[in-house]
Amino acid sequence: MTNLLEVENLTVKFPTRNGMFEAVRDISFSLGRERLGIVGESGSGKSITGRSILRLIRRPGILEATRIALEGEDLLKKSEREMRKIRGHKISMVMQDPKFSLNPVMRIGDQICEAYRLHAKASKAEAREKSIKMLEAVLIRDPERVFNAYPHEMSGGMGQRIMIAMMLIPDPQILIADEPTSALDVTVQKEVLEIMDKLVRERGMGLIFISHDLNVVSAFCDRVLIMYAGRIVETCQADKLHEAKHPYTRGLLNSLPQLEHPVDRLAVLQRDDAWQTAPSVSGTLEADH
Amino acid sequence: MTSNDNSGIRINNLDVWFGDHEERVDAVIDAEFSVPLGGSFGLVGESGSGKSTILRAITGLAPTWSGEIFVLGKELGKTRDKEFFSTVQMVFQDPYASLHPRQTVDHVLSEALYLHGFDQPDNRIVKILDDVGLSQIFRFRYPHQLSGGQRQRVAIARALIIEPSILLLDEPTSALDVSVQAEILNLLTDLRAERNLTYLMVSHDLAVVGHMCSKIAVMNLGRIVEVLDVKDMRKMKAENAYTKQLLEASIQRRREA
Amino acid sequence: MSDISKHQKPSLREWLTSDAPTSRRQAKFSAWYRSWLALRSNPMAMFGLMILLFLLAIAAFAPIISPHDPFAQDLALRLSAPGENNYILGSDSLGRDILSRLIYGSRITLYIVALVALMAPIVGLFVGTAAGYLGGWVDVVLMRITDIFLAFPRLVLALAFVSALGAGIENAVLAIVLTAWPPYARIARAETLTIRNADYIHAIKLQGAGALRVITKHIWPLCISSLVIRVTLDMAGIILTAAGLGFLGLGAQPPSPEWGAMISAGRQFILDHWWVATMPGLAIFTVSLAFNLLGDGLRDVLDPKKSGK
Repeated sequence: MTNLLEVENLTVKFPTRNGMFEAVRDISFSLGRERLGIVGESGSGKSITGRSILRLIRRPGILEATRIALEGEDLLKKSEREMRKIRGHKISMVMQDPKFSLNPVMRIGDQICEAYRLHAKASKAEAREKSIKMLEAVLIRDPERVFNAYPHEMSGGMGQRIMIAMMLIPDPQILIADEPTSALDVTVQKEVLEIMDKLVRERGMGLIFISHDLNVVSAFCDRVLIMYAGRIVETCQADKLHEAKHPYTRGLLNSLPQLEHPVDRLAVLQRDDAWQTAPSVSGTLEADH
Repeated sequence: MTSNDNSGIRINNLDVWFGDHEERVDAVIDAEFSVPLGGSFGLVGESGSGKSTILRAITGLAPTWSGEIFVLGKELGKTRDKEFFSTVQMVFQDPYASLHPRQTVDHVLSEALYLHGFDQPDNRIVKILDDVGLSQIFRFRYPHQLSGGQRQRVAIARALIIEPSILLLDEPTSALDVSVQAEILNLLTDLRAERNLTYLMVSHDLAVVGHMCSKIAVMNLGRIVEVLDVKDMRKMKAENAYTKQLLEASIQRRREA
Repeated sequence: MSDISKHQKPSLREWLTSDAPTSRRQAKFSAWYRSWLALRSNPMAMFGLMILLFLLAIAAFAPIISPHDPFAQDLALRLSAPGENNYILGSDSLGRDILSRLIYGSRITLYIVALVALMAPIVGLFVGTAAGYLGGWVDVVLMRITDIFLAFPRLVLALAFVSALGAGIENAVLAIVLTAWPPYARIARAETLTIRNADYIHAIKLQGAGALRVITKHIWPLCISSLVIRVTLDMAGIILTAAGLGFLGLGAQPPSPEWGAMISAGRQFILDHWWVATMPGLAIFTVSLAFNLLGDGLRDVLDPKKSGK
């Protein structure tokens, strides 16, 4: 099978007063038409990995990689103008908090239409029709009303559905979701995940799901990369995440309090300095055979 | 009501609202529960359920409320005095927002001691840093030089340095990584045992509350829909439909895996 | 070749940049040092700072460096062009050396600037933070007073005050302060409104701190940086207002070499003898620019939203 996305030897560095800080260190992974989870704690480099696929690393950050290929096309060789066409059109990104991603003074419908018309040559009427359909697709009951509403009138869960609608309307091949449900309540979280799951499957898209929540990732993804200090320390099938072997992954799993298994004291993760220097595990699919 | 009152916090018919007249929004409606002295009680609910508002009403940060609030058997009035603050302290949700950006750890702790007239500030600061598991090298750091978990330890130290008997915990670990969450929860468990503290904890995470508390109240849309023992909760013996839904949502994710 | 043996005591630089300060003093100094490092990396701000330090030096050593007596008249050599008759920047209508007058004038400029910079923001800080934190009727009363002051054009209001109080530098300063504080009060109030509901303010309230303590010890330190930035950016305007008052004859009185008054005096010769008005104009321009550059740099360094990361 051909991979949608291939990332080889990605390193992201930021200059600081005490020398270079490597936020992501020499990682390689690939994405097929699957749901790939990237888990790790804050500062593990998971979000930066997501952003570097779109080449959204702000200066003075430095992005280095042998190759970041979207269906064989190297994104590193693209000009900034060509990249702008890829962002949103071929690869979309959903951020954690819809409050900061939606323009507060524009009607929701106009924002979705704009996202669509930016990449597809469509008349206003077509864009409107398509937008309403998209709002229906994210299970919004009254799409006409939401179309004419402003972002502040929406709850967090609704806002995130709208973001998903907006990101999926140009029909991208890859969706990068950076903690899309962390700001939501558990019951709402489930709904939003189900919507995202259904759409990604139906459209045969690739999904990169970035999260700190091991449970969500293991329930929702096909394959998982576990990141620590800028490296991939382990990769496994998502449903086997609870059998993960790396002490870091194990430590994370054990430190979660569980309703069904009460303990007096939670296990505390003992960090090993060797994890920081150990070479990155490859997350490419070819490595499997 | 009961005269032989050995409760740490007792709340009767508590209503809390924001705004007046037509714009009035009721955040808490007719809440009632009590936390025994030395006990630990959890308030669970989703955002907007009013769980944090109850803490704010107790501390006086939400001034518009009616009903009765008793702390150590004493009914609270509209204003809080120093005696109240030396009994009840609070740890906030976001350690990145609860420490003054221009004040060192030492400054924060010294001020707490100064306000409550404690002697020997140096010894006390050294000791509390030890107690919350912070090395002395952090004493003169600014918040931006600390990690999230370290900041939350400072916030806990700030609350405990004046030796209160009741600690209000407003989602103390929801902004932290799971491994750090485990450390902070363990710390809170230890501190409660050592100092015989009473905890009133607010969280959206049933697993966290289940770990920390012996009794919980489930809140939805401003009302307490059910008060149940954690043992019953673990056995999924909830009566209320909303509680069941919440329980299922938090357990299901793991089961699906 | 030779390795410098490691000292037991850390060097000053190490002491300042240490991540683990061991005393209150070290923590404070290293915070300042970090701000200084950040400021130093901004070339434009450093350029502004250089000009201001240069100005300070000139003002301090005015009697030594000025080639002539700023008040000595020589009517025979009046209106000499720059370079003529030993006058580097020319002479004015009374034959006084313009360079020397500029040098002595820097003292007056700095005097005005320092007084205004000290007084106006402090008044604004008091009014703004009290209004913002206490809210209610205190807020309404204080802010309406502020609005009344803001409703008049600055120079007109200053003019009215000076005419009432009488001309002179001190009165000009007072007038400028009276017209300059309202924007600071507005800024301080806006900052306070955002800070007031921060968890760290709630936290200190829950420690039992009173309003006065919260305002002075917790809110002021956070407002001061934005006020400092605003003051440096406003400094140009303050110099210009002072110059404007001088120009209108209501500020410094002749023969005092105040820059604005010098421009005013040179006005009638502007076509034939351009340097009389231009030289002090350039001086005002340079100093205003320096303050603006420094203000921009300080904004980058002091902005708590940035340094908080």
